Formats: sequence, structure tokens, C-alpha cells
Amino acid sequence: MCLAIPMRVISVDGNLGRVEASGALLTVALDLVEGVQPGDYLLVHAGFAIARMDADEAQENLDIIKRLTESPEP
Amino acid sequence: MTSPREQIERYLRRLADWRGDELTFMEVCGTHTVSAARSGLHSLLPRSIRLISGPGCPVCVTPVSYVDHALALSKLPEVTIVTFGDLVRVPGSSANGPEKAPPSLAWAKARGADVKVVYSPLDALELARELKDRQVVFLSVGFETTTPVIAAALQQAIDSGIENFSLLTANKTIIQPLLALGTSSEIKIHGFLCPGHVSVVIGSNAYRSLAEIHGIPCAIAGFEPLEMVRAIVALTEQVSQNHPRVDNCYRAAVRPEGNSKALEVMFKLFEPCDSVWRGIGEISDSGLKLRAEYRKYDAAQRFKVELPPVLEPLGCRCGDVLRGVISPSRCGLFGKSCTPDSPKGACMVSSEGSCAAYYQFRQEDGK
Ligand code: SF4
Repeated sequence: MCLAIPMRVISVDGNLGRVEASGALLTVALDLVEGVQPGDYLLVHAGFAIARMDADEAQENLDIIKRLTESPEP
Repeated sequence: MTSPREQIERYLRRLADWRGDELTFMEVCGTHTVSAARSGLHSLLPRSIRLISGPGCPVCVTPVSYVDHALALSKLPEVTIVTFGDLVRVPGSSANGPEKAPPSLAWAKARGADVKVVYSPLDALELARELKDRQVVFLSVGFETTTPVIAAALQQAIDSGIENFSLLTANKTIIQPLLALGTSSEIKIHGFLCPGHVSVVIGSNAYRSLAEIHGIPCAIAGFEPLEMVRAIVALTEQVSQNHPRVDNCYRAAVRPEGNSKALEVMFKLFEPCDSVWRGIGEISDSGLKLRAEYRKYDAAQRFKVELPPVLEPLGCRCGDVLRGVISPSRCGLFGKSCTPDSPKGACMVSSEGSCAAYYQFRQEDGK
């Protein structure tokens, strides 16, 4: 339940951010983070960004999530 | 560059060198539980190092009485219950319904209750905006990853004057149960694999008293098997050096001080309270409740309902599982009358529950 997913910021409008992950676009609330810029990676949980992430690490995490959500290893 | 698999093997070889007493480490994050079960991590570790699951699934540690409370609220004609998906199938006290099927929110919904599943508390707020003549009650459960998010949504409700929105709270904090388990005489835990995303909010400093005062090694881990193994190596090193500390193995997102803005919003609206954990009992200051000035948004205050006497599912050993005392397969109902399709206890309902994770991945956990 505490899973959070890294997403890349496309644009910022007030306390809302347009973000992208694996081709999907969505809007997240930025109430809990500061100084967000387009291009940043955010860790998103339940509709809110809960942290900014280092870009390389974020990409690595996305790869991991992809693997975790694919079918279980034999 | 070495592949993750090679790196894991290198770490496992280091662990195989451990010559001391048998070590028991506990992971306290539902995502770790799933990742470990999926990758078969338990069986990869040397025999002298055991990884057990703890109370890291928020839905699993939510007591039956909370589900009963939500069910009672769902019977009020003006109330719409809005919840994260994990909660809807958790059984309440069986006294509420026919013997074979203890009621859950899904059960109530099938019988006409207004129950909606959402991804974000903001969706609940949106519903309150739309359904002006309804009372929207959001089921506020979760650890420090989730509570700031709920607090921020409530703050938005307050700022926009939305009055038909309230929370039924059972929010929990992670440090106090770790302290209770780490110092219990029931089971010796040699270190904690601390949850990555809770730590994003509370920061690595939050574990320092566990390590520095109580001498319990801590390592914060991401949720990839490699990251978990790396953290297990860190814990083993702390034990062998007899130097308990907090190793942050998830630096990409976890800072020493955590996310101060999230903590600020959370503590503006919530304050610590004693809280009951399924299987562990009441732990002082291990929960969060709304502060007095925000109590009018507390659904337990807003609506007075009668609650049935609490009845735990018969034969279910979720409590022992959550304390790490038994592994799921030691429960007599596991895989027999209790399966993900027909769960008896919360640990089989939530996909992050230990019982569900073990069942799904057929974990060989007999060691
Ligand atoms: S297997 Fe089912 S009944 Fe047994 S402890 Fe787990 S959830 Fe409870």
C-alpha cells in the first residue's frame, strides 16, 4: 500500500503537476513537495508527489517496477 | 557493468561467509514482502540468515473493530464510504453476518451500501464536491507514506469549505511497533529492513533511537531484490561489527530529515495517539488522530453508531504472523479454508499481506 512510483514532470501549474510514466499522462498534486520543475522526477503515491528523486535512480526504479508487475519468475 | 543477478550472487556469497549465530531480520514493508516472495529471496539466503515479515501491511494491522465501524457507518442512509481498494474485502466481526461469510465492505456494497473505491483521497474530495447531499466518509488508514497525503486532501477540503467530508481514522506510525517487536522477549530480531517509502517521509534519522539507544540494527531498503540483499548485508555487517546504526540503502529518495513539508502538513492536522494493532495489541503513541481543532472532520465524532462486540475470525493466526512468530504456512487454515479467493484474515486479503504473498508465490518457508 505504500508503493510510490517515479514519474517525470512535463509541466507545472500551481499546485498541480502534469506527469508522465511509461507513456501514461496524469495530474498529481504538488502540495507536499517544493520547487518542482519540468524534467524533475517525482515519487508519486495516491495522487500526490511525496518526494523528488534523482533522475538516474528514478529510471532504475521504473525498470524495477516494470519487472515487479510482470508475471512472476518461474 | 555487472548485472543485478551477478551482484545479488556476490552479496549472497558474502552472506554465506557468516559464521556467527543464526540471525533473524524482519522486513516491515508490504512491498518488501511481495518482492521477497516473488523473487524467492528467503530460499536464496544462507540457512543461518532468516528473513521474516512483520507488521508492514497497513490493512493487515488495522483491527477488526475498525472494519466493524466502517460497516456500521455504511448502514447510515446519508453516508457514502470511500476507500482504498485494499480494505473492501477485509472481514469484520463475524457476529455481523451469516457464519460462513463475515461481512466486509464488499459484502455490504453487494447488499446496497454506498461504497466506492478510489486511488487517491482527492477522488473522495471530488465526490464530496459532486454529491452535495451525501456525507462522504474517507477511510483513513496507512503509515506515514499515506497519512500526509490524506492530511493534504483534508486541508484542501477545509480551504474550499467542503463540509460533507470526514475521515474515519486508523493511521499508524512505524517506529513504535518496531520498538515493541525489537525489544520483545517473544522473538529475537537482529535487525530491521526498514520500509523505503515510509522513510521518504520520516527520514533515516527517525530510526536512530532504535539503533543507537536500543541497539537494534536498521537498514532502509528499496524494493528490488538486489536492494533488499544489499540491506541484509548491511545488517549482517552491523551485527558482526557489533555496531548498530542506521544504514540508508535507498538514498535516491530518502534523506536524513525526510520530507519536512509532508511532516508539517501531517502534524498540523494529526497528533499522536495510542493505537491498537491487530495481533500486537495497543501500543502507546503508535497512531495518529485528528487534532481537537479538526475533530469535526472526524467521522467517529460526526456520526454516532452502535458497534458489535469484536470477534476475530476463528482459527486465524494473523496476529502471530504479523509479529513474525509463525510463518503463514504454520496457520492451520492456510491454503485450506483460507485462500485469496475466500480469505479468513486480513493477511490473506491484501495482496501485500504475508499470507497472500506466500500463497501466491508458493514460498517454501519451512526453514
Ligand atoms: S492463513 Fe488466513 S487464517 Fe491463517 S493467519 Fe493467514 S489470514 Fe489468518
